[in-house]
Amino acid sequence: MIEASSKTQARPTVRPGFRLGTISWGNWALGTHALLVYLFLYVPIAVLVLFSFTQDQFGTRWTGFTFDWYARLFSNDRLMGAALNTLYVALASTVASTVLGTLLAMAMERTRFRARPAVDGLLYLPIVIPEIVMALSLLAFFAFFFDIIEFVTGATLRRSLTTVTLAHIAFSISFVVVVVRTSLKNFDMRLEEAAADLGANGWKTFWRITFPLILPGIIGGALLAFTLSLDDFIISLFLSGPGTSLLPVEVYGRVKRAITPEINAISTLMLMLSMTLVFLSQVLQRRR
Amino acid sequence: MAAKSLDPPQRSDRLRTWLLLGPGLIYLLIFFALPLVVIVLYSFLTPGPRGNVEWVFTFNNYITLFTGDLYLSAYWRSIWSSLLTTFVCLLIGYPLALFIVRSPPRWRVVLLFLILIPFWTNFLVRTYAWMIILANNGLLNGLIQALGMPRQTLLNTEGATLVGLIYGELPFMILPLYAALDRFDFNLMEAAADLGANRWQAFLRVMLPQTMPGVVAGSVLVFIPTVGQFVVSDLLGGAKVDYLGNILQRLFQRSNPPNWPLGSAMAIVFMFVLTVAIIIYFRGTTEEDR
Amino acid sequence: MSDSIAIDLRNVTKRFGDVTAVDNISLQIRDGEFFSMLGPSGCGKTSTLRMIAGFEYPSLGQIYIHGREMGHIPPYQRPVNTVFQSYALFPHMTVEQNVAFGLQMKGVDKASIPGRVKEALEMVRLGSFGARRPRQMSGGQQQRVALARALVNHPEVLLLDEPLGALDQKLRKEMQLELKGLQERLGITFIFVTHDQEEALTMSDRIAVMSQGNILQVGSPTEIYERPICRFVADFIGETNFIDGTVREANGTHATLATEEGLHVQGYTPRPVQPGQSATISIRPEKARLLPVNGNSTPAANTMPVRVERVSYIGSDTRILVRAHGGRSLSVWEQNTLSTLDREAYWEAGDEAVLACPVDNALVLTE
Repeated sequence: MIEASSKTQARPTVRPGFRLGTISWGNWALGTHALLVYLFLYVPIAVLVLFSFTQDQFGTRWTGFTFDWYARLFSNDRLMGAALNTLYVALASTVASTVLGTLLAMAMERTRFRARPAVDGLLYLPIVIPEIVMALSLLAFFAFFFDIIEFVTGATLRRSLTTVTLAHIAFSISFVVVVVRTSLKNFDMRLEEAAADLGANGWKTFWRITFPLILPGIIGGALLAFTLSLDDFIISLFLSGPGTSLLPVEVYGRVKRAITPEINAISTLMLMLSMTLVFLSQVLQRRR
Repeated sequence: MAAKSLDPPQRSDRLRTWLLLGPGLIYLLIFFALPLVVIVLYSFLTPGPRGNVEWVFTFNNYITLFTGDLYLSAYWRSIWSSLLTTFVCLLIGYPLALFIVRSPPRWRVVLLFLILIPFWTNFLVRTYAWMIILANNGLLNGLIQALGMPRQTLLNTEGATLVGLIYGELPFMILPLYAALDRFDFNLMEAAADLGANRWQAFLRVMLPQTMPGVVAGSVLVFIPTVGQFVVSDLLGGAKVDYLGNILQRLFQRSNPPNWPLGSAMAIVFMFVLTVAIIIYFRGTTEEDR
Repeated sequence: MSDSIAIDLRNVTKRFGDVTAVDNISLQIRDGEFFSMLGPSGCGKTSTLRMIAGFEYPSLGQIYIHGREMGHIPPYQRPVNTVFQSYALFPHMTVEQNVAFGLQMKGVDKASIPGRVKEALEMVRLGSFGARRPRQMSGGQQQRVALARALVNHPEVLLLDEPLGALDQKLRKEMQLELKGLQERLGITFIFVTHDQEEALTMSDRIAVMSQGNILQVGSPTEIYERPICRFVADFIGETNFIDGTVREANGTHATLATEEGLHVQGYTPRPVQPGQSATISIRPEKARLLPVNGNSTPAANTMPVRVERVSYIGSDTRILVRAHGGRSLSVWEQNTLSTLDREAYWEAGDEAVLACPVDNALVLTE
């Protein structure tokens, strides 16, 4: 009995190697496969970046190096306007969906209420529902309510950046909730108990302990919402009104007509922005 | 003993719950749930001559969907191409995820990061990149001609659509697979080998069942957006044949006049088919799990 | 050690849904005591501790700390501090900030905080570690930070929830001595929750043995080991042989038990028993003796003929498994007082012997 009670609680944390025996055929096959997949994923991206610097006016051949297309881009008011609109929508929807999503995540992880399973389901729906269905239902919804408002008040409302922003908030919230909930789940509840034990009331515990520790999660959620909004094309296409162009919609319209090196350039810039955002969110995770 | 006590005073708790829950919940009810109700409603109304909606109740939209060859074939085409895309992504993605999981930790970070970049990059931009490669005077045709063969029509084909879909969706398959394989205890493979299973048997009987949640998650993540896509078939397929998404977009935005009631009915049938497909898939895979 | 009461639990019950974690316990813990709550996991010891700390409130009953009823007073207003099982150090704060946290929350004069933090860290021999983060420290060091963080607030009672569970054996032994020394020096009441009986025996002034939400016995380590009042306590603390039977005679302090095989064993009764009642005799293996068979001796009280089955030499003592007539296995530990390699001096499997146990070392227990 005395011996038996002295069990140690060491848990193996080292990842065991996956040995396939002495034959390395499997490793070779996997390695070659991986190389091909990475080529498949990156050759198109590399081509896109490369051809944003080509002198060829069709943008599909290498005829020499130039920065011209980037220069033209920045003097193209229409594209720049669309880019600014996109940034504005992304920022606004990020702020709103981060606040709403964080509150929801707190409610889901830290309180008990009877409708929990139903709310849980509602929160997952915007993630799994096909984007096009969400887009066209929002389109119908706004048209429907604009009609009612016109009938009641006589005021005519039109789709605008506001409708796009409202729609982006609706589909970003759930993603923010998922990210923030994960960091709340990973949060050791005993830290809150420890704070209470040391004399901190609920409010102080939240701001001194909980918030600083889930902040990376909240920022991660915000970055996700920002990226989702920047990248969104389908909802933007359906919900932006006439005259309020957004960058992905603008690019789509041009691409449908022809490939141009200018599009290569703006696509490259969008790519760089995405890479920066991924990098930021990864750095954030590693710091945890 | 982690269970919450039922005993402490509850009034302030309830207030707190609703303060936290209220804003987001109300927002989602208005801007997510209500719009879905609106299209359900629209699907039973009559399209007007100017693209408007007339408040006359009808089943005609649903009847049109199931009698018009155009719509049924679009459903089939979308579902079929999505199944194919999902399957190919799984076939490509599983060994890759395995490779990443087995790499030394330092490499793993890099390899994973390289998957995350396309995962987060604008879908439109990534589809567009293939246009440059597949264009008539594009990179691939240049290569073909350099080899002394005649120029091929690569862009605006159904093959191009499929390549674009696989390219676009692959990262969404790899990440859940990676997560599942990362949790897998590779000692089990040695245990299986010790008990006389060859590598293939060990994979089928031990690794695959254990990583099934990742397979399911990845498949759902790929399948759903693919069924509703229209960008890829528009840009790479040249909008020659209709996929579900193309018709939906047209009914709501472009056709003269737009027909929202029919589009709504189509979207609702779409969601219904999707739900059934996913339930069947979950059933099939969880039974295999046992 | 004064005789005033630090903690007073009166008929405390705790239910979680349908599960009763703590079932109507009453307990008084004196000022300056090192008090342990010992039991297997799920016995209610941690729930009891959490109710004293204020993380849970009793479903029924009252908790008094120095005469003050706690009711629904939240943890942050109670004069106790806790050392958590996994330490629960704040990972985003340095060691100093962790230790200072409680003082800041209390609103202690800002100027005095650094001095008190330093003092607390020196007390646990971590004076030079203030600027580190918890994750940069070893398990033992984190443990001591947790201790300093709690003690710096001068709690009236310190609660420790299996604080040594995550440490390896050697470190744990060291910390046991350190904790005990600290408690004696500071004179603060310690309530220590553990499932490790050796730990409880080593450190405690008194121990409460718990099982299934009940307190079975409260007493000093010697009382708990030498005079367990029920079968569970005898079984849980140390090792013992049980012999079931029926009470034949009982005279208040002693009773005679008849076993199935017809043996009669006499023993001391910590609780009164009645003739005809079924009971168990508990004989600690180190209290039984193995004697050579002496041809002409008549069977005396508390002896039984046995055959040696297995002999395990483990250094400090030799553990001998014997089988009585009727097939019952019993174990006997003999301390190796001889220093010889002579095999003749030891028992061997197959030897016939007589097992003897002094009447006062055999306990007649019920349940």
